[in-house]
Amino acid sequence: MDAIIAEQLSKAFGGNRALDSVDFTLPEARCLALIGHNGAGKTTLMKLILGLITPSAGSIRVLDANPAKAGTAFRRQIGFLPENVIFHDQFTGTDTLRFYANLKGVPLSDCAPLLERVGLTLAAQRRVGTYSKGMRQRLGLAQALLGHPRLLLLDEPTTGLDPALRQEFFQIVRDLRDAGSTIILSSHILTELEARTDLAAIIRQGRLVAFGELDRLRADAGLPLTIRVHGDVGAIAQRLRRVAVVAVDRNREWIELACPLAEKMTLLRRLTELGPVCTDIDLRPPSLDDVYLHYSGKPMLAGTALATAS
Amino acid sequence: MNGFLTIAGKEIRDGLRNKWVAGATLLLAALAFALTFLGSTPTGALDVKPLAVAVVSLSSLSIFLIPLIALLLGYDAIVGEVERGCMLLLLTYPVTRSQILGGKFCGHVAILSFATGVGYGAAGLASILGGGGDPESLRAFGALILSSAMLGAAFLALAYLVSVSVRERGTAAGIAVGLWLLFVIVYDLALMGALVASKGRLGADIFPYLLMLNPADLYRLFNLTTFENVRTFSGMAGLSAAVHFSPATLLLGLVAWIAIPLGVAALRFARREA
Repeated sequence: MDAIIAEQLSKAFGGNRALDSVDFTLPEARCLALIGHNGAGKTTLMKLILGLITPSAGSIRVLDANPAKAGTAFRRQIGFLPENVIFHDQFTGTDTLRFYANLKGVPLSDCAPLLERVGLTLAAQRRVGTYSKGMRQRLGLAQALLGHPRLLLLDEPTTGLDPALRQEFFQIVRDLRDAGSTIILSSHILTELEARTDLAAIIRQGRLVAFGELDRLRADAGLPLTIRVHGDVGAIAQRLRRVAVVAVDRNREWIELACPLAEKMTLLRRLTELGPVCTDIDLRPPSLDDVYLHYSGKPMLAGTALATAS
Repeated sequence: MNGFLTIAGKEIRDGLRNKWVAGATLLLAALAFALTFLGSTPTGALDVKPLAVAVVSLSSLSIFLIPLIALLLGYDAIVGEVERGCMLLLLTYPVTRSQILGGKFCGHVAILSFATGVGYGAAGLASILGGGGDPESLRAFGALILSSAMLGAAFLALAYLVSVSVRERGTAAGIAVGLWLLFVIVYDLALMGALVASKGRLGADIFPYLLMLNPADLYRLFNLTTFENVRTFSGMAGLSAAVHFSPATLLLGLVAWIAIPLGVAALRFARREA
């Protein structure tokens, strides 16, 4: 079954089109990354999925319901972590989670295991006012996980988390997806999402400019590999005159070449034929950042030849 | 437990934690004790019923204090949650908007009722134990506590209406203070001015209805004209003859002042996009 079906989905605030004719279908038990600049429309899309706002045009179906009209049964199946949420300082972590558990009709006995899962057991009896940013974020995540949601929406979930916590966080997300939950998370820190989500949707100024599996998006973008060749820079540039040079080390110890994926083996063979002039080779496939910049319309660095290379 | 009770309970616990309950109760109790006991001294005469005197002084004081407490308690009920991002989250939970608004409102009414009930009640009880309570004065005192809670609820409802209508807490606070000035001070002054300017010709037929347009005046009339012994102390004996509303009508007026702003607030909240 499909978790979300959006057709020509648009939302305007006044004259400002926050979301413009968005079409996509998200199957269940997948993890989707919403990627875009601040103000691109990620949060608007999330609010439409949650039914907090109604579309100006087009339609959206979530878990086989119209979210804006769906009742409490629909909301019970959804978990949400807003981008900015400030829980009441006076309450302890446990009190806060119990309040939300009561609202969702989840047994209070589920609270302690959830707090343990997000690593807040030791701080559970402390007031939220004493929590660090990362701890508040974890409490927010615990709240979103209440009642094993079928659909989980996380708006900028990793802001404020240190790298170790971020790893734990993605582990929790993977476990949930493996257990059958559909997860949508938004981010503008792109590299951290690499290999952690099944699908990516890139939003630019309210339009969906790319949607699909990361590998496919990467292939469709046709971005070149970056190959860093160590050795005699002058000689290498001389011999590979027709290959685009991306960058040259200041100390002339290496040179970076842009190589279309299809020509990878040809170029590698030519490089090995160069003999001792070339001492080492690093291959770097286009990163998610590069893919994102490609689709979001920023000029690419790769592929522009530098005259200084020779 | 359903959403309404959960939210009302949270609001009450919030009031307990941030000392609103304790503060309001202590303040009202202190004033009630002061007025009940000090207020009975200067009347001198032996047959004075201190509790009846206390009703007069307490209701005059409540008119200033209870609307202020209610407005301060309620102005950020909705807009504050919106600013903190809690409302966005709350709306994704399986609760309806009317449960959110109703639950918060009832929680706040409970806090105010507790403060007036315990604060005034304690002073009343002390006065009774001191031998100051005849049955009619007791009834008047009970009516004072009930109507004070209703007055608080009316101004809470107004505060909620402000809270759902604005985008920023600061705006809500400003309007709340403005409402307090308008209903508690300016309205009566304007009415008095109109009376004087028209040399009393602002007739007895319109004047009582103008009083109905202000919850604070309804409260004052109810407390000062309903009971015979209170009437004699309040100097309102003449007025009660002119204002021909029954106590039930006056209470009904207060109920309308609770229901209408709250109803409009609920409508606006239901239409508001998150």
